Amino acid sequence: MFDLDLWREIFQSINKNRLRTILSGFTVVFAIMLFTILFGLVNGLQNTFTEAFADDANNAIFINSGRTTKAYKGLQAGRRIQFENKEIDYIKDDNGNKVEFITARIYRNEVATFRNEKSNYSVKAVHPDHQFLERTVMNEGRYINQRDINEKTKVVVIGRLVEDDLFLKTTALGKYINLSGIQYKIVGIFSDEGNENEERSIYMPVSTAQQVYGNNEYIDQINLSYNPDMNFDQAIAFSKSLEKKLKERFSVAKLDQRAIRVRNMAEASRDVNQMMVVLGILVLVIGLGTLIAGIVGISNIMIFIVKERTKEIGIRKALGAQPRSIVLIILLESVLITAIAGYIGLLIGTGVLNLAGPSLKEYFITDPSVKTSLVVMATITLIIAGALAGYVPAKKASRIKPIVALRNE
Amino acid sequence: MLKISQLHKSYPIGDSSLHVLKGIDLNVESGEMVAIMGSSGSGKSTLLNIIGILDEADSGEYTLDGVEIKNLNEKKAAIYRNKFLGFIFQSFNLINYKNALENVALPLYYQGLKRKERQEKAKFHLKKVGLLDWAHHLPSELSGGQKQRVAIARALAAEPKLLLADEPTGALDMGTSYEIMEFLQQLNDEGKTILIVTHEEDIAKMCKRIVRLRDGVIMEDKKVKQVRAGQNV
Repeated sequence: MFDLDLWREIFQSINKNRLRTILSGFTVVFAIMLFTILFGLVNGLQNTFTEAFADDANNAIFINSGRTTKAYKGLQAGRRIQFENKEIDYIKDDNGNKVEFITARIYRNEVATFRNEKSNYSVKAVHPDHQFLERTVMNEGRYINQRDINEKTKVVVIGRLVEDDLFLKTTALGKYINLSGIQYKIVGIFSDEGNENEERSIYMPVSTAQQVYGNNEYIDQINLSYNPDMNFDQAIAFSKSLEKKLKERFSVAKLDQRAIRVRNMAEASRDVNQMMVVLGILVLVIGLGTLIAGIVGISNIMIFIVKERTKEIGIRKALGAQPRSIVLIILLESVLITAIAGYIGLLIGTGVLNLAGPSLKEYFITDPSVKTSLVVMATITLIIAGALAGYVPAKKASRIKPIVALRNE
Repeated sequence: MLKISQLHKSYPIGDSSLHVLKGIDLNVESGEMVAIMGSSGSGKSTLLNIIGILDEADSGEYTLDGVEIKNLNEKKAAIYRNKFLGFIFQSFNLINYKNALENVALPLYYQGLKRKERQEKAKFHLKKVGLLDWAHHLPSELSGGQKQRVAIARALAAEPKLLLADEPTGALDMGTSYEIMEFLQQLNDEGKTILIVTHEEDIAKMCKRIVRLRDGVIMEDKKVKQVRAGQNV
């Protein structure tokens, strides 16, 4: 297969016809470069979306309460709806295994002090399930557990940034933190992938908070996730029935939008998925578009090259060149140029992405990049297309009667 | 050496066809130097192309050096052209991006010779046409006469049985024409068989035999006393 003389002929032809080489190479460089950059940008866009929704479990349902806006069953509008612990038990009992995780949330803002450092943080009182709903990652220690809930222990789990703020370089685990005059033992330090703000908050057992902040069973929000085996329609039906039942339980009018609000992330994640599909189609269109443009370019150049070399082909044939050698010399030259040009296009494209990447964050483009294998595939497609596009005219040229080719002035 | 009998060739023109060669009989012995003459349209170039296996006859027989040339596929035709024939063209037909030496070595490449051998043989033939000093010049750096001499060296390189020249002096001035003819005569003296297509009487007279074509048939075929090109210069 490897014929040194044949390659020598090809390299001579490439080297001595620089303009032709550069022109045909340029098309491919440009096509692959555009392909890389556009693909990278769309990938960056996709990254942004994925990142934005990686924060919470995407099968989460949030239930909030407020004041009624409609009079119902003899009750006046403007009545305040307050969830309590029994609502959590009710939802659990009523829905069985449809509920994957469930937690209450109580929100407070507290000034936290450790020795001379003090700062203001959001404190959330939660159940142990909250860890899975918020996708909290434990760096050190443990999360709130059921024993804490049962015994109302004064423990907290603090975010990575809280530790940074208050404990400076020392470790916070096992130390006591002061929240509005009460000392809590730090049993864990967490980080949160999706959200840096979350890392500036403090979790405590829901029962402890209820005791400290009023000795009641009030909760601000119920946060649960449905069984992931449910499909989208089932999930929506589930949250609708949940809303209906809770409204009945609190004697709230069916059409009251404010008193009890159930927000199902399934709807949002469906929108995100649709966006992803649209982006995917965009990627496909862009990819195919640039490739087709490249293929058309290569085809044109191949036809031009064969035309330009018709006389040379005639001379070679008159001197005894066999058709196979004519086809080979033209095709291998184009394959070689396409391959090298494709590689250069890849280098330029990824170079541009690397340079421009960091400054594109504000345009919702995160970490724009392309898989090398994808670009290699694109280049191979161009090579094959170029070879095919060149093969037909090359084959035709190899069949031209030398005398016709020689007359071609 | 070369035997042609009842050769016919016609080209389709629209619906009808143009009968170009109407039964040509021609025998050329080894060592002959033959001029094929005729006005344009007489079929002389078609005849040369068929002899050069660049074109195929419709009917008739053609034997070259004892091998019947008929129904050849492209590959066979290429091999025969390479082995039997050397071409010299009016417009030289050198490959413009190859230097003189590489042009001369090209038919040897298609013979499958090793690079070193090719270089040596090509140098030998370039020396023969007196252009060894110009071996590394591109065709664009050579004069018309020099280009034609490189083309002759290239035609000789494969050591063909038959040299075919299509108006070899058509693009050259008279002095250079005679130089080229003198060189061709010299090759003929060494025993090469040469066929020259021309429409110039003085060039034809420098051959040993003149075949005149008119309207696709041979009008006249006679041996002549060769005029040495050297005397005219």
